[in-house]
Amino acid sequence: MQKRYVGHCLRVIAVLAISIGAHAQSAPPQRSEAAKNQKPATAPRRDLSGIWDVADTMEGISPRGVKSHAPFTDFGANIANNEYKPGDGPRRVSIGLVNDPLDGCDPAGFPRNLLFELRPFQAVQTSSQVLLVYQYQRVWRSIWTDGRELPKDPDSRWYGYSVGKWEDDYTFVVQTVGTDERTWLDNAGDPHSSELRVEERYHRVDHDTMELTVKIDDPKVYTEPWLARDKLRLKLLPANTDMMEMICAASEAEEYKKTMANPLSK
Amino acid sequence: MKNRVISFFLGAICFLSVAASLPAHHGSAGYDMEKELVMKGTVTEWLWANPHCFLKYDTTDDKGEVSHWAVEVSNPVDMTRRGWTKHSINVGDQVTVTVRPAKNGASVGQLLKVVVPSGQTLIGWNPTVR
Repeated sequence: MQKRYVGHCLRVIAVLAISIGAHAQSAPPQRSEAAKNQKPATAPRRDLSGIWDVADTMEGISPRGVKSHAPFTDFGANIANNEYKPGDGPRRVSIGLVNDPLDGCDPAGFPRNLLFELRPFQAVQTSSQVLLVYQYQRVWRSIWTDGRELPKDPDSRWYGYSVGKWEDDYTFVVQTVGTDERTWLDNAGDPHSSELRVEERYHRVDHDTMELTVKIDDPKVYTEPWLARDKLRLKLLPANTDMMEMICAASEAEEYKKTMANPLSK
Repeated sequence: MKNRVISFFLGAICFLSVAASLPAHHGSAGYDMEKELVMKGTVTEWLWANPHCFLKYDTTDDKGEVSHWAVEVSNPVDMTRRGWTKHSINVGDQVTVTVRPAKNGASVGQLLKVVVPSGQTLIGWNPTVR
């Protein structure tokens, strides 16, 4: 058994070594060794600007990176157990039965874009907004910082309505309502309702590091608020990083379904 | 005989992997995580697309029977970061592929690695790197 384990480890190391070598050829610009050894500078005050990515490999997109949710209400349990058929997570079904809206190229929506496929994103600040520009599906969110209130009875939007404010010089807190309940919370098929309220906390640890905490509050679906991200570490990428596009095209999704998914489901 | 496209090495190597979820919203439930197949084949199509890139190739067994395969890797963004390009593989290339096959016996799978005509080995599906 121990031998098998050692063999497995060697194999993983070999694959990683090859992969990292390949990665180095095309990864975003890297800092020099000397720069890496320097202690990161203090973060600028009240500023999220920059291109950010998940610091720890896989943490951002894997269902393993999603915290266990609070217990479902009866309403939530019915959706989760009878309506949503995810391709991953504890209730996953075989690929032919999956009804994940992403498979048809529906927008991931908010907050799923933070809980699955959290790829690089750029924060841009204006005098009245923080714009978060995401590589995944090439979409952006507007977070109003001009002091306005959240709408009382909003029409739903894929990415909701957001307002934000600085809690202190290094912690930016965003409140979001009005999300579209057709979206899933994550790729494990956890649902939400139109009553969902999300709080994001972006805390700058230092110049190069930020922590993201995401709180889900949806009394119609979950019995209590819960943290879907808890101080997820984000790293600042070099300013000249070219964020690639990552767009779901219906024609490509259909080709994938025909070639890969359908044979798998037979 | 030597010039005939050979093979189909059905070498099943025990892959000491956990049945972990992979970085795709459609999961990996349809694939046999315990198996790897090594095959030689001729590329018929290489699609550089979302949600996943995939490679189509034909293999010919010793009896001259042709099988059509399609195997997937991750999306173009991930594959670019691993050193792949849209032109890493071309139609007509003779390649050796290592594949994690479907549980149901369909000729589809996850492409773990491929040796291209230059001799270079490209790592395909690798959940530890994106």
